[in-house]
Amino acid sequence: MKKRIMVGLLVALMATTMIFAQGTSDAKAESNTLEIFSWWTAGGEADGLEAMYNEFHRQYPGIEIINATVAGGAGTNAKAVLATRMQGGNPPDSFQVHAGHELIDTWVVSGFMEPVTFVLEDAGYMDKFPEDVIDIISYEGEVYSIPVNIHRSNVMWYSPKLFARFNLQPPKTMADFFRVAEVFKANGIPALALGDNEIWAATHLLESVILAHTGPDKYNALWEGNVMWNDAQVRSALNDFAKMMGYINRDHAALANMDAAGYVAEGKAAMNVMGDWAAGYYYSQGFKQGEDWDWVPTPGTSGNFIMLSDSFGLPKNAPNRDNVIKWLTLCASKEGQDAFNPIKGSIPSRIDGDRSKYDRYLNAAMDDFASNAIVPSVAHGAAISEPWLTRINDIMSVFVTDLNVDKAITEFQAAADRYAPK
Amino acid sequence: MYCAKKDRRIAVLILLPMLLVLFIFVYGFIAWSLRISFTDWNSILPNMTSVGFENYQRLFSSQRFQTDIRNTIFFTLFFLVICIVGGFFLSYLLYSKLRGESFLRTIYLFPLSLSFVVTGVLWRWIFSPEVGINSLFRMMGFEATFGWFTSTYSIGGFNVALIALIIAASWQYLGYTMAMFLAGLRGIPDQLIESAQIDGAGELAITWYIILPLIKPITFSAMIVLGHISLKIFDLAYVMTGKGPAFVTDFPGLFMFETTFRGNHYAEGAAISIIMLILVAVVIVPYLISTLRGDSE
Repeated sequence: MKKRIMVGLLVALMATTMIFAQGTSDAKAESNTLEIFSWWTAGGEADGLEAMYNEFHRQYPGIEIINATVAGGAGTNAKAVLATRMQGGNPPDSFQVHAGHELIDTWVVSGFMEPVTFVLEDAGYMDKFPEDVIDIISYEGEVYSIPVNIHRSNVMWYSPKLFARFNLQPPKTMADFFRVAEVFKANGIPALALGDNEIWAATHLLESVILAHTGPDKYNALWEGNVMWNDAQVRSALNDFAKMMGYINRDHAALANMDAAGYVAEGKAAMNVMGDWAAGYYYSQGFKQGEDWDWVPTPGTSGNFIMLSDSFGLPKNAPNRDNVIKWLTLCASKEGQDAFNPIKGSIPSRIDGDRSKYDRYLNAAMDDFASNAIVPSVAHGAAISEPWLTRINDIMSVFVTDLNVDKAITEFQAAADRYAPK
Repeated sequence: MYCAKKDRRIAVLILLPMLLVLFIFVYGFIAWSLRISFTDWNSILPNMTSVGFENYQRLFSSQRFQTDIRNTIFFTLFFLVICIVGGFFLSYLLYSKLRGESFLRTIYLFPLSLSFVVTGVLWRWIFSPEVGINSLFRMMGFEATFGWFTSTYSIGGFNVALIALIIAASWQYLGYTMAMFLAGLRGIPDQLIESAQIDGAGELAITWYIILPLIKPITFSAMIVLGHISLKIFDLAYVMTGKGPAFVTDFPGLFMFETTFRGNHYAEGAAISIIMLILVAVVIVPYLISTLRGDSE
């Protein structure tokens, strides 16, 4: 009898120790590796990342890259995994994060990140990035992440065919917008395509409308908590946004943002406001610029560039710190950025990208990036923290439906009171 | 007796690791969530300052959570009624020796083999307002403008967008309830029904006075199984509709996932999950009590 108990216990013990042994041996797999964590699992972004890996292997053949990706949920799933790993003291060597407040408020203020100013300084890259960009990625005078790319948020895509049919010009101001929108509406064509089955697409549109009314300085002040939401210009922006909802496609809530961009190229809608990853989408679908689609800055924001950026940082206690520094140096370098961006469909965050590698749209974006006032995007985590953005998205979800400006202003203000930097 | 006692000790020993794991990783973490829901942990860094019921207050005053609770109640109600009434009806048809029974049974049961994720993708396409079932109606010459899950109409607090979700969920679980009822019906002794027939009872009377009372325990179990699925619903809504415009298809599970992992509101997320736990407990605990009582009798 006793024997049997002992055997049983032994088996149980072995089973449990084996589980634990598995865990520790995984954690101690210490060879010359570099683990890069991202949610880039498909399409141009995954291919772009691969191109950067190839460049890395060429420079450092001895280092093995572990490509740790978590798919789904527009990065939410990956962020959940990342949060668990960071809090559990098991950070990846480096991870993808939107530059700006998404990185700073979540990871830098809470003390999880090491500054990487020295990476830029050691490589002599400090003056290769625009000052506005350095501001956005800095906290208390130190740079905390290396931006590998720049996307533009305030782009209006339009259908040249539809505009030509009604003899119209793409709108330059909000007043222009409503004038042309009225013509399209009268002819039974949705003037503005919106695909907000994920609500950030509506927030994305809102940031352009706010910028059009406030201009860059007040726009920044609003997200720093120094302008009240009942400010006259902000209110008129919300009024215009509500008015714009009268010109959108009926099925907006069922569409993804790319479907809405597609509506424009297919001639089903006249205009769409979406980030410039839409250009990459158009190219990949074989739509021709100037024929099926073209672009202007969103009405009233010409001369401004709302930017968002993917970046990589250096977590404290990264297992392979030296390799991360090599990786970050590559991310900041011209070779790295010119390998990644033409494939991802974005422009380099450096000012000296090799123009010949980029297509027509991206070249134009590079021109604007070099000359415009640069402000951070709200909808993509550059201007405000994640908790604030989540709340704004919730408010937008109702605002898009009930179009109640006064109620929205009260709620936006309450969110700002709770989350704006003090 | 000596042997039984020893067997018992072995049983306890063998069960011990499992029980330990259960207590730590299920009940321990429920307790931990409960504790977090009373703290101010609303960023990445743990902050264990106690704030009393503030998280709960904030939830109940937020429009999103109010809509979520309403949605959950309506969804559960319709889902239960459709599955139970429909499931009973189908099983009754099969029970009455319908031809091709095994074929039909397989067809009805088939959706259950899919996961909610697959069901969600499927029905999202079907109910998509421009390309789905609406275009079918348009081909037949109707003007189909109903937005299905994107509709923002609300009748007395019931968001009509939920209809699409209710149909999808019922489609998946109708066959399952049918199978449960069918097992119950097959368990009814033929003599009972035959003697009733000899006494001159009609089919309706037999159904009402004999069959329904006898399958009451099955109805009860079906309600519990379906009820806890619908109260915790996440995957179907997440894949099929998301939270929808103005939260017409939002549920506490979606809210909890977003506020915790996108918004870093850990305490608020914990509060939502505690409320969901209470909702499910309201359904399950009476059931457990009644089964335990039944066992001891």
